Amino acid sequence: MGFVWFWIVAVMIAAYVVLDGFDLGVGILSPFLGRTEDARRTLYRSIGPVWDGNEVWLLAGGGTLYFAFPLLYASSFSGFYLPLMIVLWLLIMRGVSIELRMHIDHDVWRSFFDGLFFVASALLAIFFGAALANVIRGVPLGADNYFFLPLWTNWRVGANPGILDWYTVIGGVVALVALATHGALWLVLKAPGELENRARRAASTLWVALLLITLISLPATIAVRPSALDNYEAHRILYAIPALVVATLIGILSFTKQRKPLAAFLSSCLYLVFMLVGAAAGLYPTLLPSSTDPARDITIAGALAGPHSLHVGLIWWSIGLVLALGYFFTSYWLFRGKVTAEAGYGH
Amino acid sequence: MNALLLDRIHFAFTVTFHYLFPQLTMGLALLMVVMKLIALRTNDDRWNQAARFWAKIFAINFLLGVVTGIPMEFQFGTNWSEFARRTGGVIGQPLAMEGVFAFFLESTFLGLFLFGEKRMSKVAHFGAATMVFVGSWISGFFIIVTDAWMQHPLAYHLLPNGSYEVSSFWKFMLNPWAWLQYAHNMCGAVVTASFVVAATGAFYLLEKSHQEFGRLFLKIGVIAGLISCVVQIFPTGDFHGRYVAKYQPAAIAGMEGLFRTQKGAPVVLIGQPDENAQKIDNPLVVNDVLSFLLYGTTSAEVKGLDAFPRDQWPSALPLLYYSYHIMVGLGTWFLLLMLVAAFLLWRGKLYSARWILWPILLSFPLPYIANTAGWMTAEIGRQPWLVYGLIRTSEGYSTHVSAGNTLFTLLGFLGMYSVLSILWIVLVYRFISTGPAAAAVEPEPATLTTVQEKR
Repeated sequence: MGFVWFWIVAVMIAAYVVLDGFDLGVGILSPFLGRTEDARRTLYRSIGPVWDGNEVWLLAGGGTLYFAFPLLYASSFSGFYLPLMIVLWLLIMRGVSIELRMHIDHDVWRSFFDGLFFVASALLAIFFGAALANVIRGVPLGADNYFFLPLWTNWRVGANPGILDWYTVIGGVVALVALATHGALWLVLKAPGELENRARRAASTLWVALLLITLISLPATIAVRPSALDNYEAHRILYAIPALVVATLIGILSFTKQRKPLAAFLSSCLYLVFMLVGAAAGLYPTLLPSSTDPARDITIAGALAGPHSLHVGLIWWSIGLVLALGYFFTSYWLFRGKVTAEAGYGH
Repeated sequence: MNALLLDRIHFAFTVTFHYLFPQLTMGLALLMVVMKLIALRTNDDRWNQAARFWAKIFAINFLLGVVTGIPMEFQFGTNWSEFARRTGGVIGQPLAMEGVFAFFLESTFLGLFLFGEKRMSKVAHFGAATMVFVGSWISGFFIIVTDAWMQHPLAYHLLPNGSYEVSSFWKFMLNPWAWLQYAHNMCGAVVTASFVVAATGAFYLLEKSHQEFGRLFLKIGVIAGLISCVVQIFPTGDFHGRYVAKYQPAAIAGMEGLFRTQKGAPVVLIGQPDENAQKIDNPLVVNDVLSFLLYGTTSAEVKGLDAFPRDQWPSALPLLYYSYHIMVGLGTWFLLLMLVAAFLLWRGKLYSARWILWPILLSFPLPYIANTAGWMTAEIGRQPWLVYGLIRTSEGYSTHVSAGNTLFTLLGFLGMYSVLSILWIVLVYRFISTGPAAAAVEPEPATLTTVQEKR
């Protein structure tokens, strides 16, 4: 049961990263690609009808995590108190900026929300990347399973790190670059004409940065958490995951060059999925490692909710997922095809 | 201030602000379905136009409800971690189900409802409105189930690690407390929406603009308002109150300001509770009525606060007393106002009776206050328990998060929500002053809830 719920939560988080990832990416790129009002409108239209549905995966995934692993939810959410609160503020600012921008036809009003959209999207990407890196690095869990981390201490990994240190900053940069690339590939798919070309050039440039930062992050992870390789050594088939990461990176570039935008975007989705799966495979069955004493790791067995809850949960979760997929395909089907500065659903 | 108090204020403030939006959208969703249904049955396009106008107001409130709702789920973990650890196996369930069953549905059908009118058949568009309504009411249900378990825990058992799990899913979902509270709460949401719609109608008639729509809004607002105000008091309020009396007698004693256990207990209409002297100052009371309301006979004994140890008294007693009295007082005012307005509507005199249009206009903020006071009554009445009888509030908060950090984020939310309030007022004012006629143009969607004008 623990295995099943571990992967259910992992899949929901991956769905969130892949889906909200591209609209965060569009936000990160907005000041660079949205040079004219028409271009900016196209950027917003490309994510407008779906961003909220994408964000629901965060709420649903968070709720599922809370339900299946209450101890993990309690410990990590209170321990990462400050960054999570900042994430909440950024989510508020971002949602408001997307939806309120069009309400008043005034340059100053729109510019304010454009700026907010960019800042909130970029910082969210960095925070999400840093959050994942924190989980990989481990936190100073106490005997009571709780901890509290300040935003930064001395920027070193060690027994008493901060939320931000050199390693988690790398994690933040990976997320920033990866989601920007992801957003650019989404725009190649959705935007018309000149904006599509600009997005394609941006994707090609970002790809170089993504390759570099990915290659830096892998040895950095092993340096910070050598035990991340234990599962890989025990099951050597797992080494296929980093190989697939590299393969998807190659796919992103070559499909972009071949003008196959859908294949390039899907490669980017898979890149994000394999990065997350690679991290999850390194952690399993630990959910939140201790940076001081491996005996204090929060594991699946230690954090799992009661068996009856989980059994019932599997039933409604399966039904809910089928419904959610139905809504998902409805939304994206209605919203298929290129967007322009003027047209909307189904054009 | 200590961390526990700050965590309580943190949650109370963010949830109170959040609920300003769902109480309107849940009620408005129902009224929009009714408007679409009338349009479908009568082929009167003005009702479609009215629904389009309220959909715009719905959209902005929906957005603010969404963005202020995310912090609520997070706060269980951030500020109430020990509570989350012990109860996640129970209340994590409805919270996860809300995401999976309600939010996906809402986010899909809201876009269809707001922008699909031109491309869908009339029946399909009515269906989209219905799905938005269903989604928002499912969402409300799961939140109430969560709260009901904290108020009246059942169908659980304790695991060896000190956490709780559900022993029967259906008993948990069919918690009688949840269904009574749900009926009372959703009815309260309809009161808010009815008053907002009626007040907008009154405003248009008083300023002599958009008068045709003003009359439509008044008509539907007053009729829905009368029905919901009656149902709010009986049966939902009455039944819910009796249930509280049965399972949380200390809360009832605190709400009513009843310090002494007595037969033929009085109802206190007005008065100020003095917790130390254990009496009501300047009381205006009606004898025997409380016994009758709770137990159906004027001689029944009602337990006063003296029947409970001091450490089980509701911990913010005067606030509980005032919240309850404000809720009941306003509920009585709503009923009187709507009775008079409905009588005038029936006699065909409502639209020109300025003496009643003014109070209808000025009463629009009051249901927000009454709904907030109702929730305060429920949640303060539950104190000193976080989960009634199982976990004390003082055991549930995040001890590892310092008071300084909590104050920092509380101030952050105060600032951010101040800005959201200003944006909300500006945008809703613009919609209302532009009026429903402008909503006749079928817009092109730009984002989930907004359109852009053709240039």
